[in-house]
Amino acid sequence: MTIKTEPFVINFGPAHPSTHGVFRMRVVLDGEVVLDLEPVYGYLHRGIEKLAEQRTYTGIIPLTDRLDYLAAMSNNLAHCIAVEKLAGIKVPERAEYLRVILAELQRLCSHLIAVGAFLNDSGAFMTPILYMLREREKILDLFEMLSGQRLTYNDMRPGGVSQDAPEEFLPALHKFVDQMPRYLDEYDQLLAKNEILLARSKGVGILSKELAINSSASGPVLRASGVKWDIRKAEPYSIYDRFEFEIPTGTAGDCYDRYLVRMLEMRQSVRIIEQAMKQFPSGEYRSRVPKLIRPPVGEVYSRIEAPKGELAFYIVSDSSIAPYRYHIRGTSLINLTALRDMIVGWKVADLIVIFGSIDICMGEVDR
Amino acid sequence: MKFERYGIGIARGMMVTFKHLFRHPTVSQYPEQRLNMSRRTRGNELIWNNVKCTGCVTCAKSCPQGAIHIETTVDPATNKYNVLKIEVDTGYCIQCGLCVEACPYEAIYMGYSVERAKYRRGELVQANEMLLASPDRPASGYMNPHIARELPRQTLLVEKIVEKR
Amino acid sequence: MSSYLNQMLLQHEASVRVPPDWPGGYWFHWLFFTVVIIAFVLTIVMGFIYFERRALGRIQSRLGPNRTGPFGLLQPVADAIKVLLKEDIIPDKADKLVHWLAPIVAFFPVMLIFAVIPFQNGAMLVDLDIGILYIMAVSSVSTIGIFMAGWSSGNKYSLLGAMRAVASVVSYEIPLVLSIIGVILLSGSLSMNQIVIAQNIPFILLQPLGFLLFFISGCAEINRSPFDMLEADSEIVAGFHTEYSGMKFAMFYLVEYAEALAMSAIIATLFLGGWRGPVLPPWLWFIIKIFVVFFLMIWTRSTLPRVRIDQLMALAWKGLFPLALINLFITGVEVLLWPAGLPWLAVLINIVIMVVLLLLWSRFFKLGWGRVEI
Repeated sequence: MTIKTEPFVINFGPAHPSTHGVFRMRVVLDGEVVLDLEPVYGYLHRGIEKLAEQRTYTGIIPLTDRLDYLAAMSNNLAHCIAVEKLAGIKVPERAEYLRVILAELQRLCSHLIAVGAFLNDSGAFMTPILYMLREREKILDLFEMLSGQRLTYNDMRPGGVSQDAPEEFLPALHKFVDQMPRYLDEYDQLLAKNEILLARSKGVGILSKELAINSSASGPVLRASGVKWDIRKAEPYSIYDRFEFEIPTGTAGDCYDRYLVRMLEMRQSVRIIEQAMKQFPSGEYRSRVPKLIRPPVGEVYSRIEAPKGELAFYIVSDSSIAPYRYHIRGTSLINLTALRDMIVGWKVADLIVIFGSIDICMGEVDR
Repeated sequence: MKFERYGIGIARGMMVTFKHLFRHPTVSQYPEQRLNMSRRTRGNELIWNNVKCTGCVTCAKSCPQGAIHIETTVDPATNKYNVLKIEVDTGYCIQCGLCVEACPYEAIYMGYSVERAKYRRGELVQANEMLLASPDRPASGYMNPHIARELPRQTLLVEKIVEKR
Repeated sequence: MSSYLNQMLLQHEASVRVPPDWPGGYWFHWLFFTVVIIAFVLTIVMGFIYFERRALGRIQSRLGPNRTGPFGLLQPVADAIKVLLKEDIIPDKADKLVHWLAPIVAFFPVMLIFAVIPFQNGAMLVDLDIGILYIMAVSSVSTIGIFMAGWSSGNKYSLLGAMRAVASVVSYEIPLVLSIIGVILLSGSLSMNQIVIAQNIPFILLQPLGFLLFFISGCAEINRSPFDMLEADSEIVAGFHTEYSGMKFAMFYLVEYAEALAMSAIIATLFLGGWRGPVLPPWLWFIIKIFVVFFLMIWTRSTLPRVRIDQLMALAWKGLFPLALINLFITGVEVLLWPAGLPWLAVLINIVIMVVLLLLWSRFFKLGWGRVEI
């Protein structure tokens, strides 16, 4: 007697603990093996691009907070740099340094969540993510001190930052930067060489170099595949050309490499912050910019290296107070392009791990 | 699964978790133990200064959500605006603080307190006298360094959690 | 004929005889221990829930439940009340009868295990001659309940979880039993009480490898992490009990912790010397040992990621199974040939053997079952 089997369809999400938001994957399973996968987007669509067309250039900043809400500072920075390019606004030195410090702190913050969530998805019950949330909390304290909010900072403005750093900011930052490498060591000790984690993530969900480039992946996902591409180095924006840091790259492009690249990038971020603190100048924190910015007619495409990858804003201006067209290159959405190729053929458990290792944020995927 | 390192990786991870058993917990118990918020906290409600306000409506214009609603009349005697009604729909407000930044007369502030939950949607709409500052509704130092100086120092986790090795 | 019958009766009497140091008749003994076991399981399960949440909390740099009652001690009670008052939802697609029966089928075998576990010398419901065999036979029945739950829920996640549960239990039963046999060889009895009495040196020292194998496969058997694939809240949400709520969910919750309790009790009895210990009363020693074993489980749970189902199978068949066989062989040889009166040397040699075996095994053990090409 032969047993007749047939594949069955299962929905991962939109309400599933490991889809990091309202993402839905329609998965065809043969027992435990994934035969096919179809991502379904759009559960968190808020029409941010369209909303932005009716707001002033300053009024868009709260909207960018809500894109990738785990890295709001980076989004603010990307938007402000785009507007500055478009309108030709100069940024004072102190603001540039403050921006770099904030962006790197935000990178630490986002990577901590990414790594923690990835480890949590691979089954380490809540422990790594809680440890990492503790570090993130310290960063959030700094952000709160600066901007008054903990998630949607709305702190950067075209031409600088909204407020100067208070006098207690730098000592606190100093303390944090002193502590951070030790905690990173501890995270490495916790799970980096864990045999079970190695078994779960080494060689799993390989994204080849060619596929990574062809699917226009960016950020740690691309770098884990062995492509040395970081916009901070390749096309330095702000004042990143003044700092010394390395671009960690992986070799295999598997989940473990993506994890490792993030861990190494955190160390580089700490390094950048240390250098920026040493050079931190005094002076103006914000150049004189009109309240309603009216950039000249034209368009701009400006990109930065956000924690999750290349974040770019394309703004078309018709010389009014609101952009004519506002397009966002959402990092997470484009990193998800190769999702099917990475997952098909692996098991359900791997699906979760691979998906977790890409590190998406639904606010940015659906916008 | 390969045990190339004879399970040392697992053992080292176990040591880290074991060490945490004897460390001070990070959490604080909220209603009893309260941490000081940032001096620039953008709290739940807007605070309006009726003396300083000239009714120029800059705040309402700068609000990306359209949450501020102001009605004014012109007083022919002094040639100034009279604010008839200022209404803030806190339900629309996203606490972005752009109105505070925009106000040329420092007549509007963010609130410092956060425990401002309401049971009904209608209660979120606040108008005129409800927006004035009071001991119950202190103003936050957001964009106002002179207020920030008076507020208590923010509690920082970096200073609280110092682990010895 | 009559003499034969008499003989039968006598034999029967001998087999059901009351343990000598317990007053009252057979029925008193039965009633007393039934009540004690039920009370013991329920209270210790509550203690476990509290202990696990507090210990996990401290490990994760937080406090754990501390609001209900002094130190949060009433948290399990509050949880129980909450869960009992909840609405009992049966899904439309469910197989109603099986769905209703599953928690009961899962629960009873776990309670049956405690019938043969000695709380102190001879203090047990029944001192079966085949105690450990009985436990092995009874304990795996609850898997049927779990499979029934998964199948009858009419939910694909549940079905996946149930299949995983059955697969893991079927393969882990073998290293589990094989590692027990070493203990049985040393003690020369299948009775739990006799095993405890035989432990002048706790068998964890004489059987270190056996303990390790038993602990790992025990964790897999009761589906605690790193082998908690049937629940795997990050993968298949809650596995077999996704569709359960109210009382029935409480039953599964109870089963989960009662299984952990049973496994801790068995490990404490077989390897840690059961109720034996200095100064403190025997039953207290027993409970302390149970909690020590359970702490090990919490500790692994808080640290380790989950293994994948095929890795779990490979670990059982390629890793634990051969090691258990080798361990059994070595123990057999030792029992046959070892001169009496040198137990501590045996301890040393056994530990050395364990280390060597583990190192060798780490060299040769490789598993990886990668992508299925479609």
